[in-house]
Amino acid sequence: MTDTAQTYEAEIPAKRRSRFTATLAHDRKAQVGLAVLLLFAFAAVFAPWLAPFDPNAMTMDMMSGLSWTHPLGTDDLGRDLFSRILHGTQVSLLIGVSTVLIALVIGIALGLVAGYFGGWVDQIVMRYIDLQWAFPNFIIAVYLVAVFGTGLLNVIVALSLAFIDDFARIVRSMTLSLREEQYVDAARTLGFSKARILFIHILPNAVAPIIVQATVSVSYAILGEASLSFLGLGVDAYTPTWGLILADGRGFITQAWWLGVFPGLAIMLVVLAINFVGDWLRDALDVRQAVEG
Amino acid sequence: MASYMLRRFLGSLVVMWAVATLVFFMLRLVPGDPIAAMLADAGGAEEIEAMRRSLGLDRSLLVQYGIWFGNMLQGDLGNSIYGSRVPVTEALAEALPRTLSLSLLAFVIAIVIAVPAGILSATRRNSATDTTVSLLAFLGLSMPDFWLAILLIIVFAANLQWLPAIGYVPLSEGFWPWFSHLILPAIAVGTAFSAIIARMIRSSLLEVLKSDYMRTARSKGLTPRMLMFGHALPNAMIPVITVIGIAFALLISGAVVVENVFAIKGLGRVLIEGILNRDYPIVQGAVLVVSAIFVFSNLLVDLLYGVIDPRIRLN
Repeated sequence: MTDTAQTYEAEIPAKRRSRFTATLAHDRKAQVGLAVLLLFAFAAVFAPWLAPFDPNAMTMDMMSGLSWTHPLGTDDLGRDLFSRILHGTQVSLLIGVSTVLIALVIGIALGLVAGYFGGWVDQIVMRYIDLQWAFPNFIIAVYLVAVFGTGLLNVIVALSLAFIDDFARIVRSMTLSLREEQYVDAARTLGFSKARILFIHILPNAVAPIIVQATVSVSYAILGEASLSFLGLGVDAYTPTWGLILADGRGFITQAWWLGVFPGLAIMLVVLAINFVGDWLRDALDVRQAVEG
Repeated sequence: MASYMLRRFLGSLVVMWAVATLVFFMLRLVPGDPIAAMLADAGGAEEIEAMRRSLGLDRSLLVQYGIWFGNMLQGDLGNSIYGSRVPVTEALAEALPRTLSLSLLAFVIAIVIAVPAGILSATRRNSATDTTVSLLAFLGLSMPDFWLAILLIIVFAANLQWLPAIGYVPLSEGFWPWFSHLILPAIAVGTAFSAIIARMIRSSLLEVLKSDYMRTARSKGLTPRMLMFGHALPNAMIPVITVIGIAFALLISGAVVVENVFAIKGLGRVLIEGILNRDYPIVQGAVLVVSAIFVFSNLLVDLLYGVIDPRIRLN
């Protein structure tokens, strides 16, 4: 690689970085979003130390309101709501992020291969995408959990499979346009391997819309997990997840409003924060056209 | 136009065939023996064998598929294998009007809120109205529908006691009983949908308002009302209609969850109960019907798109 090429490649991340910080400085929503996400990530990592009680410990202090001992009250079994919600953060964030990472890796692989090689490979991938398109994502996840059963791993697999087509579609359309670029032609002429062209020359240029889609998908994955747990199709009956806490408290919301309010508030805050950050990334990376087009 | 419609319709039929095939074969992936699992409490080896024969599970997979597919084309999706063992089509036919009522009411509420909100937001860009609409849209997008459902029950059913908390009354028993039972679930289902549409209308209108033909129309001296409703809105709606098709998935998924909060025995409740009872024929049928609604509502949107924008059908 020549010096000029090296300088050029080094300039792009620097430019991108400055655009990130410049747009962030003016975006109050994104600042709030990032702060809230950091707070929840901190809560997730340190939940066992931050939680004042064991999230599953039952006491005789049932359905007691907000107090210094129980900042968010207790449920019908006398369990501390704050400790349960704090532990729920772990599951929500773990599922939100891992689901999207899995969908991302498979979706990128499918999209790159389909877009670059075209022909029958593309046909097969496209038919798969079309088929998945025929189901709303959440219904795919519900059906997969119905088939394979509940549990942490099954929920992660079900939700990741539901999101694959979103990534495959974006990467395929980006690859289709990028493979016609002159620098990709040049790489081919230089005899670079297909893997090198795909991963070094094409993929980095498709990163922006992938990041934006990934952010949106994390919020949908968190909502999806919460919905599955709420319906009794989530992790299990003993792991406190936000959806499960809401489902458990549902029968008592007229006597104990906090059981119906706080777990949902936690879900909304995280998803809202992700949406704020997603909007900022969309502007900073300037990908409106690429994702929606 | 006719050939475009026919092509799209046939395409949707192929997709539905693929969906049905996938749903059939996926269910055969159930780990372990579903019949044994189903009869776990009461079944001996003989009963399991008898049930297996009665369901045709002793034949090869392809034969089972052929029979199932043939029956499905005649509207026979088998019988429920739980409780009173009603025919699946009967259970679904009873549930479908409830889900459709809920989704359509949610759709209407969402559009009635989203269109004016989107227009206001775009025409008063960066004003307090715009900021408020944008923040409300963010909240609507981020609020889990089942949580919103619970909040609505706490406020309007438990505290104010204005509306019933659960249940469904068919339209044939009067408009108000039907509406009063459906309005809270419809708001819960429609809120996220409304937020997406409002945001989309705003960004699409902003794009159109910048265009050359809008400048020409303005310089011809058209009134703001004529500009908006004669020129800007019809053009801005084209991308919005595509998004409506995509966001329809949200309405259906929302209905599936929210029906369970309000104890409305629609497709969602039937589906979830089917899963919890391991009633696989019901699950299979409910998933098929839900995806059929989704595929054909998307077809409808595509056709509408073709009507509004002739360039689409010419391509």
